[in-house]
Amino acid sequence: MTIDTLVLIWFGLIAILWVGYFILDGFDQGVGVLLPFLGRDELRRRVMINTIGPVWDGNEVWLLVAGGATFAAFPLWYATMFSGYYLALFLILLALILRGVAFEYRGKRDDATWRKRWDAAIFIGSVIPATLFGVAFGNVVGGSPISPIETTLPGEANSLNYTGTFFDLLNPFSLTLGLMTLLVFTTHGAIFLALKTKGEMREAARTAAFRVGIPAALVAVVALLWAQLHSGRVMITLPMVLLAAVAFLGALAATWRGRDGWAFILTSGTIALAVASLFVGLWPNVMVSSIDPAYNLTVYNASSQEYTLTVMTWVAVIMTPIVLIYQGWTYWVFRKRISTSMIPPEPQAGRGDDRFAGAAKG
Amino acid sequence: MEALDLARWQFGITTVYHFLFVPLTIGGAFFVAGFQTAWVRTGNPRYLQLTKFFGKLFLINFAMGVVTGIVQEFQFGMNWSVYSRFVGDVFGAPLAMEGLLAFFLESTFLGLWIFGWDRLPKKLHLATIWAAAFGTMISAYFILAANAWMQHPVGYVIDPETGRAVLTSIGTVLFQNTAVIAFFHTIFAAFLTAGAAVAAIAGFKLMKGKQVEVFRPAVKASSVVILLAAVGVAVTGDMDAKIMVEQQPMKMAAAEALYETSSDAPFSILSVGDLSGSEATHLIEVPGLLSWMATGSFGAEVQGINNLQEEYVATYGPGNYVPYVPVTYWSFRLMIGLGMLAAAFALWSLWVFRRQRLPQPESRLAKIYAAAATVLVLLPLAANSFGWIFTEMGRQPWIVFGLQQTADAVSPLVSATEVWITMLGFTLVYLILAIIEVKLLLVYIRRGAPEDIVADPYADAVAAEKSDADKELYFAY
Repeated sequence: MTIDTLVLIWFGLIAILWVGYFILDGFDQGVGVLLPFLGRDELRRRVMINTIGPVWDGNEVWLLVAGGATFAAFPLWYATMFSGYYLALFLILLALILRGVAFEYRGKRDDATWRKRWDAAIFIGSVIPATLFGVAFGNVVGGSPISPIETTLPGEANSLNYTGTFFDLLNPFSLTLGLMTLLVFTTHGAIFLALKTKGEMREAARTAAFRVGIPAALVAVVALLWAQLHSGRVMITLPMVLLAAVAFLGALAATWRGRDGWAFILTSGTIALAVASLFVGLWPNVMVSSIDPAYNLTVYNASSQEYTLTVMTWVAVIMTPIVLIYQGWTYWVFRKRISTSMIPPEPQAGRGDDRFAGAAKG
Repeated sequence: MEALDLARWQFGITTVYHFLFVPLTIGGAFFVAGFQTAWVRTGNPRYLQLTKFFGKLFLINFAMGVVTGIVQEFQFGMNWSVYSRFVGDVFGAPLAMEGLLAFFLESTFLGLWIFGWDRLPKKLHLATIWAAAFGTMISAYFILAANAWMQHPVGYVIDPETGRAVLTSIGTVLFQNTAVIAFFHTIFAAFLTAGAAVAAIAGFKLMKGKQVEVFRPAVKASSVVILLAAVGVAVTGDMDAKIMVEQQPMKMAAAEALYETSSDAPFSILSVGDLSGSEATHLIEVPGLLSWMATGSFGAEVQGINNLQEEYVATYGPGNYVPYVPVTYWSFRLMIGLGMLAAAFALWSLWVFRRQRLPQPESRLAKIYAAAATVLVLLPLAANSFGWIFTEMGRQPWIVFGLQQTADAVSPLVSATEVWITMLGFTLVYLILAIIEVKLLLVYIRRGAPEDIVADPYADAVAAEKSDADKELYFAY
C-alpha cells in the first residue's frame, strides 16, 4: 500500500475510534450527568449506575486506543495536541480518574455521606469530559494558534507547536461545540437509560430525553452549521449534518412512541454522523493552525512512515473485528432491562456476598 | 524548578504510584482465577469464598490501576512532546497494540466477571476471569517492550531528513532479549507481590484464628507461589544484569558505584559517604561478586564509571553521562534485598503452618507473625518501586539510550506553572485516593470471606427466570 492510502486508512480508523468512543462513553457520561437529576433516591441512583456498570470500563478503552493509535500513526499530531491542550487534558484526566474510582468504590461502604461524595465525583467526572471533548474538537477543527518554534534540538526542526494558552481554547465556536457534546451525550444517556430500565425509571428517563433533547437539537444545529464554515468540503459535510439532525429528531420521535431501541440507534447515528462530518471536513488536516494554513498539521506531515502504518494496519484489521465481537457479546449478556425492584438491598453487592458479611465476622 | 525537573518528578511520581497497583493486579488476577478454578473443579465452597474475598480486594485495587494508567498514556504527549515526535514511529506502535490487544480484553472481560455471576454458566464465567488475567499479562508485555526500546533501541533507523527514529523491524522491537527478559522479570515480580499480599492476609487471618479452614489453603498456595516467583525473579534478574552490562554498562557500574574499571570486581552490601564523588567507600564487600553478576565469571573485568564517562564523551560529545549514583546504588540493593525478605517470609510461613499446624491465636509466635505479615505486604511493593527507580534513573541522562537525552525531550512550550499544576494536582488526588483505597482494603480484610454463598448463581437465576422476571440481581453496584 502506498503512504497515501495508509494515512487515509489511519485517519479513517482514528475517526472511527472517536465515533465509537463518543457513542459508547457518550451514554456513560450522559447517565453520569443525569445522576443527580433522575437519581432522586438511592435505589434509582443505583439502577442508573448499574445500567452502565458492566460496560463503562470497556467503553472508556476506546479513548485509550484512540490516543494510542494517534501516537502510533500520527505522532506529531499526538505530540502537538497533547502538549498544546495541556490543562484541558489534565482536567479530563482528573475527571476520568474520579469517575472510574467512583463506580467501583461508591457501594463499598454503607454510608450516605460516602456515597454522596462519589455521586458528586460521577457527576463532575461526566460533565467535564462531555464538555471538554467538544471544546477540544472545536479547536482542532476551528483552528488554534499553531506555529513552528525556534529550536536546535535534533528531530525538532520545523516542529509545529501550540502557542496559545488554556483560555485560548475557550473560544465561542469551541464552547458551542462543547455545549453540544454535553447536551447530546446527556440526551443519548437518557435514551440509553430508557432502553435499559423499566418502570418509573424508564418513564423518568424518557421525560429527561425530551427535556434535554430539544435544547440539544437547537445547540447542535447551530454548532454543526457553524462548523461548516471550517469544513473543507461542505458539499459532503452539510448533508451529513442535516442527516444527523434528522436522525436526532427521529430519536426523539421514537422515544415518544416508546421505541427505545430505535431511539438509541438513532442518537448513536447522530453522534456518528456529526463526528464523521467533522473529520470529513478536516481532511487532510489533523489540526488547523489559525495563524497560517502553511502551519496546519496534516496527515502527510504528521504521520508515521509506511512500515509502521502497514504493521499497525494489520494489527487493526485482525483485532478490531475480534474486539467488536466480544464487546458486542457483553451487551448481549447484559441486555435485560433492570428496575428498582431488582436491585439487591445492600449497597455493597448481591446475595451471598456482603449482605451477610456481618455474620461472617469472627 | 524548571518545567523539565517538574515533568520528571511528575513522571516519577505517577509511574511509581501506578506501578504499586500493576503487579498486584497482574498477580491478583491469576490468584482469583486460580481460586475460582479450584472451586469449579472441586465444588468446594471454601474456594468460592476465597474467590469472592480476594476478588473484592483485587477489584478495589484494579480500579486504581486502570485510572492511573490513563495518565501514563497521555503524559508522553503532554510533558514529553519532543520525545513523542522523535520516537512516535517506533514507540507508538506497542502502545497502540497494548490498547487493541490488552485493554479491551481486560476491561470487557472484567466487566463480565464482576456482573456475570448470574448471567453466565459456571465455566464460561470462569473463562472471563482468565481472559482478564491474560489481558493484564499482554498489557505488561507491550509496555515493557516499549520501555525496553528506551533502554536499548533496536529495529529502527534515524531518518536523515527529519532526524527522527523510524521503525524498520517490529519483530526486533517486540522480541529483543531486553524486552523478553524484562517481561519475565516483571511478571515473576508481580506474582511475588500478589503472592505476598495473599500470604500476608491469609496468614494474618489464621493467626487470629479466623476462618481457618478457608484461609489455610490460601496461605499454602501463596507461599509456594512466592518461592517459585522468587526463583524466577532471581534468575531473570541475573540475566537482566548480564545484558545490561552489554547494553548499558554505565547502569551496572552505577549500580555498584564502581568508579574504576576492575577485574575481580566486588559487590558491596553496605557503603558510607555520598557515593557521588569519583570514588566510593564500601564497608562490607564480597570480592568478585559483581564480576560474577555482570558476566558469570568471578575474575572478569567490569568497566567503571570513570572509564565509561571518557568513552561516552568520545562517542557522544562533551557532557556528563553519569547517572546519579546514590540513587542507583541504593535502589539496586533495596530492590534485591526487599524481594529476598519476602521469599524468606514465605519459607517461614510454610514452616509455621506445616502439616495442619496452627499456633494459638494469642501466642507470641502468632503476634510476631501477624506483625511481620503486615510488613510483608509492603516489601515487594517497595522492591518493585526501587526496581523501576533503578532502571529509569540508571539510564540517565538518556531518555532513549544513546539517541536522545531527557533534557532534550520535554515539551518546549509547556510552562513550569502548568507542570506545577498537573504535578501537584495528580499528587494530591493520588494521595487522597491512596488513603481511601487502603482504608477500604482494611475494612474488607477485617470482614473476612463471605460465609453465606450461593452454590451456583447461574443455575439459581435460570430456575428463577421461569417464575419471576423481576428477579433480584445477584450482583449490583
